[in-house]
Amino acid sequence: MTAYLLKRLAIAIATLVLASIVVFAVLEVLPGDPARLMLGMNASADQVELLRNQMGLDAPLAWRYLHWASGLLSLDFGRSYTYSVPVIDLVRERLAVSLPLALIALALSTIIAIPIGLFSASRRGRVGDMVAMGAAQLGVAVPNFWFALMLIYVFAVWLHLVPAGGFPGWAAGAWPALKSLLLPAVALALPQAAILARVTRSALIEVLNEDYIRTARAKGLPYRAVLWRHALRNAMIPVLTILGLQFAFLLAGTIIIENVFYLPGLGRLVFQAITQRDLIVVESVVMLLVAAVIAVNLVVDLSYAVVDPRLRTRQ
Amino acid sequence: MTLHIEIPEDTFSGILAKAFRNTAFITGFIITALILAMAIVSYVWTPYDVTKLVIADKTQGSSLAHWFGTDHFGRDILSMIMVGARNSIAVALVAVGIGMGVGVPLGAFAAARGGLVDEALMRVNDLVFAFPALLSAIMITATFGPGAINAIIAIGIFNIPVFARVARAGALAIWPREFILAARAAGKSSTQITVEHVLPNIATLLLVQGTIQFALGILAEAGLSYLGLGAQPPMPSWGRMLFDAQTRMVVAPWMAIFPGMAIVITVLGLNLLGDGIADILDPKSRRQR
Repeated sequence: MTAYLLKRLAIAIATLVLASIVVFAVLEVLPGDPARLMLGMNASADQVELLRNQMGLDAPLAWRYLHWASGLLSLDFGRSYTYSVPVIDLVRERLAVSLPLALIALALSTIIAIPIGLFSASRRGRVGDMVAMGAAQLGVAVPNFWFALMLIYVFAVWLHLVPAGGFPGWAAGAWPALKSLLLPAVALALPQAAILARVTRSALIEVLNEDYIRTARAKGLPYRAVLWRHALRNAMIPVLTILGLQFAFLLAGTIIIENVFYLPGLGRLVFQAITQRDLIVVESVVMLLVAAVIAVNLVVDLSYAVVDPRLRTRQ
Repeated sequence: MTLHIEIPEDTFSGILAKAFRNTAFITGFIITALILAMAIVSYVWTPYDVTKLVIADKTQGSSLAHWFGTDHFGRDILSMIMVGARNSIAVALVAVGIGMGVGVPLGAFAAARGGLVDEALMRVNDLVFAFPALLSAIMITATFGPGAINAIIAIGIFNIPVFARVARAGALAIWPREFILAARAAGKSSTQITVEHVLPNIATLLLVQGTIQFALGILAEAGLSYLGLGAQPPMPSWGRMLFDAQTRMVVAPWMAIFPGMAIVITVLGLNLLGDGIADILDPKSRRQR
């Protein structure tokens, strides 16, 4: 088991290193001089030269990569060109919005989806299942940013219950801040919950057809026990796979949702940085998001082994 | 001597009869056909010209003349939705094709071979997969220029690891099963086993994933064009229409409601169709009925 853990960890680190090379290389192969790209066509030669020096563009490629990568490790991401502040400060500030948002959304989605999947699978083909899956069908089809617009229309424009957008900051108190994250989190979570509920149901039904389920029932175990102990555990692999996929999707989803609600989060930061060609911010935030995805995948991989001992011994 | 039990294949007419009894399939088929028809008709006819701006008619609500109202330039929303359908369908369809065509063989191959091959393929896969799809799509389209083609490539590339991963996870769960052992004992190669036993058993999983990715493709395209990175004006796109609607929600909510409904109905139809097909062709459900 320890060997398996160590191996997974080594792979995750290797992926992270490769990803950093890819990010660095992509920005290298971009046509034109990065300094020129960031300053725009009207910049003077002196300005470009100054920024080139600041970015260390004159140093050899490998040296620059090592410099950049070691900077990342010590959380020194460099300075944002458009904001003229250290990138780490920007990130810290924006993460205080995006992380709670993503976590609330993920929690909401899981809490809604797993029980619905269990409910539907155990009542396959009956009215309850059909209603739940009809709702899930609809949920899967709804674009989260359109859903967000509709939520704004109903809860902000009509009912004035929550703000239509913006973020007061945590300094304004936990409740006002949470209140402005509520609609965005619901908008992010519901379509994800619909997908997760469908996957949970179909994975469970797949498992419920297996012989060992019949055996478990035949030896007199109550249906509930079979469902929770035998079926759910065996159905967890596809469910966990989708949960892992969804986390990455959720992270990217914040880019659009934060734009809809004018939330000063990481997604909005990276989107603005891309359109403003603030490459230092782009590469730092992308690396950060990539690191988050790799970490979550590591956790998913490890949880495979927890739920399915066969995969543990296969390695 | 080989022991071979024939499971009678359904005839074409048998499958057809089953399809007609499947509500999800019928509903999905009708919706999808209507959306497709709408996209095709838009090439030859739309109620109004979507490139013509009639400022006098701007932001009108639903009426007999303009069923879904008009936008801030006086363009007919229904006509714009019709033309926008082409774009959404084309982008999502090609992107799923790219993902499935490359991803499924990779995933199945990795599961069948195991060892170093599996390791190497999955590590490359993890690498692509570590980049959140929409983020990378935004980077690709922002870097190489916004537009429908770049949107297809951006969405398609990131479908590949999804299919590879699901195919591999599904195949890994099939490989330890008894009937694979039997097939091995019968002297079949791992490629044969993959094609004859593993793929049919994970087909439902892939089809479910396929419908999800198609839905996500339409949604991702809408997201990209909402951010201004998909098809460019004057070509109408559903996402762009929603962007234009956002700041006018209070005065012209129909500008947001109808394009959004078009997305929901299209994705719903495709998903129902996919579910229906899965239901009809699934060998397991066939055995039980």
